[in-house]
Amino acid sequence: MSDNSAALLSNNLIYAAMLFYTLAFFAHAIEVAWSVKTPAKSVKKTKLDFSRTERIGRLASAFMVIGFLLLLPGVVFRGISANRVPWGNMYEFSITGALAFSAAYLFALKKYKLRWLGLPVALSTLLTLGTAVTLLYRPSAPLMPALKSPWLAIHVSAAIISGGVFLLANCIAATYLILDRYEQKGVRPVWAEKLPSLEVLDNLSYRLVALVFPLWTFSVIAGAIWAEAAWGRYWGWDPKETWAFITWVAYAAYLHARVTIGWRGRKAAWLCLLAGSTFLFNYIYINVWGTGRHTYSGL
Amino acid sequence: MSTVLDTRSFLRWCWRQLTSMRTALILLLLLAVAAIPGSLFPQRSQNPIQVKQFFAENPETAIWLDRLSLFNVFSSPWFSAIYLLLFISLIGCVLPRSIEHLKAIGAKPPLTPKYLDRMEFYTEIKKIDLDKVEKFLRKKHFRIRRDENSISAEKGYARETGNLLFHLSLVLILLAVGIGSLLGSRGDAIVNVGDRFINTPTSYDILSFGKYQAEDSLPPFSLTVTDFKAEYDPVTNAAIDYELTVLTANPAGSKEIKKTIKVNQPLAYGSTKIYLQANGYSPIVIVRDKSGKIIFDGPTPFLPQDTNLSSIGAIKIPDMDPQIGFVGSFLPTADRDPIRGGFSSYPEVLDPRLLVSIWKGDLGLNTGIPQSVYRIDTSKMERIGLKALVLNESYDFGEGSITFTGWKSWVNLQIVNDPGKGFALVGAILAILGLLISLFTRQRRIWVKQSGKTQVAGLAKNGIPGLEQEIDELVKEMSNER
Repeated sequence: MSDNSAALLSNNLIYAAMLFYTLAFFAHAIEVAWSVKTPAKSVKKTKLDFSRTERIGRLASAFMVIGFLLLLPGVVFRGISANRVPWGNMYEFSITGALAFSAAYLFALKKYKLRWLGLPVALSTLLTLGTAVTLLYRPSAPLMPALKSPWLAIHVSAAIISGGVFLLANCIAATYLILDRYEQKGVRPVWAEKLPSLEVLDNLSYRLVALVFPLWTFSVIAGAIWAEAAWGRYWGWDPKETWAFITWVAYAAYLHARVTIGWRGRKAAWLCLLAGSTFLFNYIYINVWGTGRHTYSGL
Repeated sequence: MSTVLDTRSFLRWCWRQLTSMRTALILLLLLAVAAIPGSLFPQRSQNPIQVKQFFAENPETAIWLDRLSLFNVFSSPWFSAIYLLLFISLIGCVLPRSIEHLKAIGAKPPLTPKYLDRMEFYTEIKKIDLDKVEKFLRKKHFRIRRDENSISAEKGYARETGNLLFHLSLVLILLAVGIGSLLGSRGDAIVNVGDRFINTPTSYDILSFGKYQAEDSLPPFSLTVTDFKAEYDPVTNAAIDYELTVLTANPAGSKEIKKTIKVNQPLAYGSTKIYLQANGYSPIVIVRDKSGKIIFDGPTPFLPQDTNLSSIGAIKIPDMDPQIGFVGSFLPTADRDPIRGGFSSYPEVLDPRLLVSIWKGDLGLNTGIPQSVYRIDTSKMERIGLKALVLNESYDFGEGSITFTGWKSWVNLQIVNDPGKGFALVGAILAILGLLISLFTRQRRIWVKQSGKTQVAGLAKNGIPGLEQEIDELVKEMSNER
C-alpha cells in the first residue's frame, strides 16, 4: 500500500468513526431523554422506566464500540502512511488522545457500569476529533530529527494514555460536583436517578487517578531520559516540562489529600478538576501558543 | 528556665507544623503555583535572548519582574524556599516513619481492639476453631498475633515500604540535581566542517562550570569535524535527518577514531556527552585591501533565522585602516518577492547569495565591552556600500574588495558533564517502583475474637477494594470445615 492511500484510508476511517460517535451521542441523548418522559400518573415524583431505554442504551454502547473499532485502524494507518508511530504533531496527538479516552471509557464501562457517562464521553470524543480534522489537520509527513527515537513511542503513548484516564476522572469529578449541588438543594433531577451514588463517583475518580498516576510519573521520567539524549539535559524547565511538573505535583497533592488527610467529596473533586485542567492547559495552550522545545512543525 | 522551655516548645511546635501533612500539602500546591510564572515569562536559563528582548520592549516592567526573579524562577529565592521547606518537611515526616517501619519488621500486629463492631467490615458468625483460622491466615501470608481467644492478623506492610521508598527516592533525585549543578559543566562550541575542536575552556563560545568544578577538569579529547549531512524534505522543507561524522581522540594526539553523532545519539566520554544541537552556514570570503593584499580569507559562522536557514552574521576586519565591518545575510537558496525582499526558499545551498552592507570606522573592539560576533556596533561607523554577491563575485568598496568564494557548514556542539545524572535515573526508577508498590498493595487487618459470640472484623488501610471478599472467603471456609 502506498503512503498516500494509507493516509487517505486513515482519514476515511476517522470520518466513519466520527459518524458512529455521532450516532452514539444521539442514542445516549435519547436514552436519557426518553426515560424521563415516562408519565407519572399516580406517584408524586416522576418515576423512571428504564426498561424502555435499555435497548437504545445498549445500541449507544454498540455505536461507541464501533466508533472505537474504526478509530483504532484510523490511527494505525496514519502511522503506516508516515512509516512511524502516529504521534508527530497535534493532529495525531488528538486522534490518538480521542482513541485513548474512548478506550479508557470502554474499559471502565464494563468494569464500573459506566454507561451513564456515555453522553459526555461521546460528545467530547466527537469534539476532539472534529477539532483535529478541521483545525489541526496536517498532511502525513516524516518526523523531525529530534523526534526520531524509540522514546517517542514510549514517552508519548504513556502521556496520551494518562491524559485519557485523567480526563475520564475529570468527567466523573465534574458529575460528582453537579449532582452534589442538586442533592444539597434536595433531590437529584430525574435524569440523574440512574447515576451511581455520590460515594461511588467520588471513589471512582480517585481509583482512576491512583491507577494512572504511576504511568504519568513514568511518562515524565521517560521524557526526561529522552531529553537527556536529544537536548543534552534531562530537565530544563521548558514550558511543557514545567506544566508536566505542575500536573504531577497537583495530582500528588490530590493523592495526599485523599489518602493521608482523608479529603472526600467536594474538596477532593475540585482538586481533581484542578489537576486535570493543568493537563489540558498543557496540551492546548502550550502546544498552540507556547514556546519552547515541545513545539514542532507548526502544531 | 521558662524562656528556654518556651523557646524549646516553640521550636518543637514549629517543627510539628512544618512536618504536618497539611503543611506539606500546602507546600506542594504552592510549588505547583510557583512554577507557573516560569512558563509564562522567558527564562534566562533557556532563552536569554528572549529575556533581553523583553527588557528592550518593556524596560520598566522588566526591571520589576527581574527584582522578583521572574526571569530566573527556578533558581529564585522564593522557589528555592518552597522546595527546600517541602523537602525538609518530607524528610522530617519520612525519616521517623522509616525508623518505625524498620522496627516493625518482624513485629507482631497490634492487639485486637476491644470493640470490633466499630470496624469498617464486621460480622458475627457461629463459633469456629481459632487454630484453623490461624492456619488459614498464615497460609495467606498474614502476620499473626495469637492470643487466647483472639487473632489479630495484618498483611500488606509493603505498602509503607513502597511509600517510604518513593519519598526517599525524591530526596535522591534532588541530591542528583544538586550534584549536577555543583560539579557539572556545560558549554557550546560552533565548529566549521573541517575544523578541529580541542576540549579546553578557550575552545568554547560559551562555557559554564558548577561551583565546585575545577576548570582544568575537562576530559582532554579532541574532535575533528570531517563531515556534516543534513537531509530535508523537498515538499515541506522540514529537516529529516542530521548526521555528523567526526574523528575523535582521547586524549588529544592519540589515535583518532571515526564516530557518528546524531540528534538522538550523543557521543559519550564518561559522564561527559557531546551533542549535536544546531547547524548553519559559514560563508567564505576573501577581503583584500586597496593594494590587493589578502587581509582575510576564511569562513565566518552566520546565525540561522528561519527554517530555510536564512542567516545573519558579521565579518569584522580590524586589521584594515580604517577598520571595516560587513553586516551580512546569507541565503542558501535565494529567492525574492516584493513584500519580503530577498529570502531563502530552501535550507540546502542551491543558489547562494551573500548580502553585505559595508561599514568603515571604529569597530569598537578595543573598548573592553564584550561584543557579539554576529553583530556590529555601527554607532561609530559609516556605511560605504551595499551589495548582493553571487558565488565567486567580487565587489570593490573603495577601501578594498570582498569576494564571496564559498561556504561551509558549521555545527553547534554542546558538551555537557553532569555527574548527577546517574543518581537521578536511579532515583527516578526507585520512585516509580515505590509508587507502584504503595498504590497497588492492599494493607489490611483482620480480627477474629471469641467471647461468647464470634466476631470477625476487618480494616482496609487504603481504599483498594477486596477486603470484603477476603473476609467472606475466610468465613465461608471456616464454616464449611465444620
